[in-house]
This record gives sequence, C-alpha cells and structure tokens, in this order.
Amino acid sequence: MNIVVCVKYVPDATADRRFEDDFTVDRVGVDGLLSELDEYAVEQALQFREKREGEEITVTALTVGPEKAVDAVRKALQMGADSGVHVVDDAIAGSDYLGTSLVLAKAVEKIKADTGADLVVCGMASTDAAGSVVPAMLAERLGMPQVTLASVVESQGDQVRIKRDNEGSTEVIGATLPIVLSVTDQSGEARYPSFKGIMAAKKKPLETWSLTDLGLDADQVGLSVAYTQVEDTTARPPRTAGEIVTDEDGSGAGALVDFLASKKFI
Amino acid sequence: MSEVLVVIDHAEGEVKKPTYELLTIARRLGEPAAVFFGSPEQGDAVAEKVKKYGAAKVYVVDDAQIKGYLVAPKAEALQQLAEKTGPAAILLPSTFENKEVAGRLAIKLGSGLITDAVDVQEGGVTTQSVFAGNYTVQAKVTTGTPIITVKPNSAAPEEADGAGAVESFAATISDVAKTAQVVATQPRQSTGRPELTEAAIVVSGGRGTGGDFAPVEGFADSLGAAVGASRAAVDSGWMPHAFQVGQTGKTVSPQLYVANGISGAIQHRAGMQTSKTIVAVNKDPEAPIFELVDFGVVGDLHTVLPAATEKVKERKG
Ligand SMILES: Cc1cc2nc3c(=O)[nH]c(=O)nc-3n(C[C@H](O)[C@H](O)[C@H](O)COP(=O)(O)OP(=O)(O)OC[C@H]3O[C@@H](n4cnc5c(N)ncnc54)[C@H](O)[C@@H]3O)c2cc1C
Ligand SMILES: Nc1ncnc2c1ncn2[C@@H]1O[C@H](COP(=O)(O)O)[C@@H](O)[C@H]1O
Repeated sequence: MNIVVCVKYVPDATADRRFEDDFTVDRVGVDGLLSELDEYAVEQALQFREKREGEEITVTALTVGPEKAVDAVRKALQMGADSGVHVVDDAIAGSDYLGTSLVLAKAVEKIKADTGADLVVCGMASTDAAGSVVPAMLAERLGMPQVTLASVVESQGDQVRIKRDNEGSTEVIGATLPIVLSVTDQSGEARYPSFKGIMAAKKKPLETWSLTDLGLDADQVGLSVAYTQVEDTTARPPRTAGEIVTDEDGSGAGALVDFLASKKFI
Repeated sequence: MSEVLVVIDHAEGEVKKPTYELLTIARRLGEPAAVFFGSPEQGDAVAEKVKKYGAAKVYVVDDAQIKGYLVAPKAEALQQLAEKTGPAAILLPSTFENKEVAGRLAIKLGSGLITDAVDVQEGGVTTQSVFAGNYTVQAKVTTGTPIITVKPNSAAPEEADGAGAVESFAATISDVAKTAQVVATQPRQSTGRPELTEAAIVVSGGRGTGGDFAPVEGFADSLGAAVGASRAAVDSGWMPHAFQVGQTGKTVSPQLYVANGISGAIQHRAGMQTSKTIVAVNKDPEAPIFELVDFGVVGDLHTVLPAATEKVKERKG
C-alpha cells in the first residue's frame, strides 16, 4: 500500500507576507516552510502506517510549488515519509484552485501508476490560501471518495472511519479505500524530526517532475489561464492605537462599560 | 435578468441569517433564486421566508438521497440545476461543507471559484480578507459561472418582495457520489446563545480564564453575545472545539469582539481581526492583543468581568 501526503510550501505566517506586483503571493521573497497544518497530514499518514504493523506501507510526500518548495517535502521525509515528489515548473506560478488541483491530481495519478495511491492525505487548509477546497477538488478529479476534516481517523482492512465536527453536529463518516482524506489540527500533535530522521532523509528518493512529466501543457495552468483574476490587493491600514486603561480598585469595569455605552453596544 | 442561485443555509428548515445576507447580495448580480436542500414538506415554509428577501424562485431539492453522503451529491445536484437554469452566478454561505461543494462544482462546470468573500459588488467583484486579516484582495471570476462562497456578516439583510415561486428539482445522483457515507450524526446541543459566526457581539475567553468560563459567559449574556474561545482553552478541554475562534476554528467578524485572557497569537487574530470594534481584558500590559484593540483593560478578568456584568445590567435596568 502507498500513501500520498500532499504538503504545501507556504510563506511563514509570522513573517511579513505580501503580494507581488502581479498580485500573486510572494513565494520567493518571504521565508517559507511546510504549512503547519500539513504537518498533521504527515503525522496521520505515518500513524496509519505504524498502526498497521506487518503490512508493507510506504508514504510519498508530494508538493507542487516553486524551487524552494522542496523544503516542504524534505521536512516530511525527515518526519518519516519514505519518498518525495516535487512538481516544479515556471508555468505553474499563479495557478488558482483549478490549476493547482489539476497538477496535484495528475501527480497523484502518476504516483498511482508507479507505486500506488491507496490513500491521499491532505491538511485541512493551507495557511496562505486557507481555502479548504483542494482536498475536495482532488477527490472530484480522481473520482475517489472524499473524507474530509477528520479529527479522529480509524481504519480496518480497506475500511476507513473518521470523526469530524460539522456546523451543528459531530459526524462519523465511513468509506472504502482508496480515498482522499483531510485532517484537522485536532487529529493529534505532529512529531518533530529526530536527528536520525534528519540524517536518514538525505538518502531518501526525491523526484522532481515538470508539467511535461505529468502530460500537461503550459497553457493548461498558471496565472494566464486562471479562472479568477485578482484586481487589487490592499494592506490593511494599521489600527489606530486604542485607549488602554489599568484596572485599579475596580476602575477597569466602569471604564469598559462606559466605552461600550459610548459605542452604543449597551 | 438572469437568475443568481443562492444556496439556503438552514438547520432542519430553520433558515439562518447568512441566507438573507446572500439574497441581499445576489440582487446586485441578478434575480435571486434560492436553492433549498431539505425535505419537500418544509419547502413552502422556507419559501415564505426567503421571498421576503427577494427570492423570485425557490428550487426545492429533496435531500433524501443526499444527506446520507458527504458533499459530492450536493455538487452534482447543483451542477444539474446550473446546467438547466444557466445562472449568472452561484452563491453559497461559506461553511467548510459548502466550500467543498463549491470546489467540486467549479470543476464540474469549468468555472472560477472564489472562497470566503466578505463582500460582492455589482459586476461580481469580490472582497476577501487574507493573511490573517492583514490584506484585503479584490478579485473576479473571469471564466464560467462565478461560484462564490460568502462569509456571514458580509451584508446587512435588506427586505425585498420576491415571488417565491416553489419549483421542485429532481436531481440524479450517481453512485460515485455516494461513496463517503455519513454513518452517524450527533447534533450539538444548543447553548441558547447567538450563533458564533452570526452574532453581533462575541465575548471570548482564553487560557487566562484558568478554566473558569463563568465570568466570560456572564458578561456575554449581559450583552446578548455569543461565547468564543482560544485554541488554548479548547485544547485544555474547557470549551468544545465548535467555540474556537481562529485559523482552525471559526472566523468571526462581529460589531464587537471582547477577548479575555487571550494573548493574541497570529492564529487567533486570523479569526477575529476584521471585527469592527475590538476590546481586550488581559493582566499583561505587553500582551500582543493590545496592539489591535480600540479599548483595553489591563487587569484580572476574574474581577473586571463580573463587575462589568453588574454595571451592564444596571444600565439596562
Ligand atoms: C496550526 C495552528 C493552528 C492554530 N489555530 C488556532 C486557532 O484557530 N485559534 C486560536 O485561538 N489559536 C490557534 N492556535 C494557537 C495559538 O498559536 C495560541 O497558542 C493560542 O491562541 C493561545 O491561546 P491563549 O491566548 O488563550 O493563551 P496564551 O497565549 O497562553 O495567553 C493567555 C493570556 O491570558 C492572560 N491572562 C492570564 N491570566 C489572566 C487573568 N486572570 N486575567 C486576564 N488575563 C489573564 C495572559 O497575560 C496571556 O496574555 C493555533 C496554533 C497552531 C500551531
Ligand atoms: N501546492 C500544493 N502542493 C501540495 N499540496 C497542496 C497544495 N495546495 C494545497 N495542497 C493540499 O490541500 C490542502 C488544502 O489546501 P487549500 O485548499 O489551499 O486550503 C493543504 O493542506 C494541502 O494538503
């Protein structure tokens, strides 16, 4: 069995994230890393393998992104994935969800043909786009069941069951492998790479694929054929410094309520 | 005028406020036609409600074949409806589930997708708040039928007369769409307080509550507010995950957000930074949350909040 885990390389949320002149996300000038939320996906992929002792299970980490995105795959290898795939091509830059999900789906199909793709694991959202749509779009393109936003994952044989929080309820969802799974940050802390893991990662197979390797043309993806267009981006004006009072002998409550009343909240 | 499909947000036929916001927004793009996934018996009652906000038509899609499966059947039904009606746009309330429906629909229709819009203007230009609220982005769908998911509180609902003509729509759901099964559902108990994402006022508590949410809840109730929590409070088991505000919880954009015993980490900000007025109570004057506030109290929430609650009650009489 082979598990594909989709990991995205994103600009660091604690850095000064910004846009390029063409309104695409600056993915080069801002320090990047493996999206924190995809660490949970890697963790669940590894746990899936570990819980099924005796079975032959491998984990392939897959990313679509610029040169530096290979760091996301490396981190996944350090955590314990067995092999990595980095899809990189200048023509991919500026892709929207339709473009990104197309490239990912083609890459999963290629991995499937080579080593299998019995389970595709994603994070609940990328920390930059934060759409939470790519896993569903992948499932649509691959024709696999989508089992998304899991906080608990259990499996037996080819059956997978997850628990998830929905708007007004908690749900149990069941499906038969192969599936596309996405997991939330409630699914369990992700492990840190050990020293041994970091050393071992250097020897693990890591392939680099271009669009041609996936049978895609440059004019099928990227900014120029995106189905959406960004017209403008505006940095939020800094908040004007508010009034801060220090509570002394109960003065804080009075000041707070006066403020709320002045704003007509009471 | 072309139809604009608006997916109704409801719980067991109880229409939720974001539906009215979406109908209001839809009128900027065309003639609103509401889509109700639910039991046909509830269709007429729902139509009565949505027509007051301008719905000319109400498509009722019997969800008997749909609700037992995750997401995919809804996308199929909407595809078939869109192919029949040729809408000018499709609007959905921005829930996790609807975003996934929208994603699949975008592929099926070959249409552009915009998620989490906080505004949609005439001509279909959307506004999104990105990078934890540090940027706003103006965008537009350029190919296919614009599919846009819209966050709660993105417009003030405005009433308008609509015909509300009920039309049942029979969707054909394929077997592939029925492969992820809902094995069990457990409805969450209602707290009796306003819905977190819809509330005009949200009062939240964090690790600084030390696990005692009574002061937070008391203050929330005095203001008629919803209660929220930081992840630290949720991870500690003090509040259920459904109350979490932030990157991996709910995004709220109320008129007033009151953060109590919350430091203001970037992931928390991501869920509340676009609130109109922000207030914090925190005993640490250096807490980053104070960089965001319109008004802040440096003090212990366990004394400030109960006293403030009393004062609010006095004023309200
Ligand atoms: C992938 C990822 C996703 C995340 N998603 C979210 C998310 O969705 N939402 C979220 O909130 N966080 C999220 N976090 C966690 C976030 O980084 C912070 O750890 C969290 O928000 C901290 O919660 P807190 O402010 O309650 O606790 P702390 O940071 O510990 O702050 C507690 C505050 O309470 C104050 N305090 C203590 N006692 C009192 C008192 N008696 N009276 C008044 N003030 C007091 C302290 O001065 C301090 O400022 C996420 C983290 C990661 C890595
Ligand atoms: N470029 C990418 N490369 C690899 N995985 C991705 C990429 N974009 C999205 N994903 C996966 O899809 C999930 C949801 O992303 P999003 O829909 O952008 O919020 C992420 O957590 C990843 O697992």
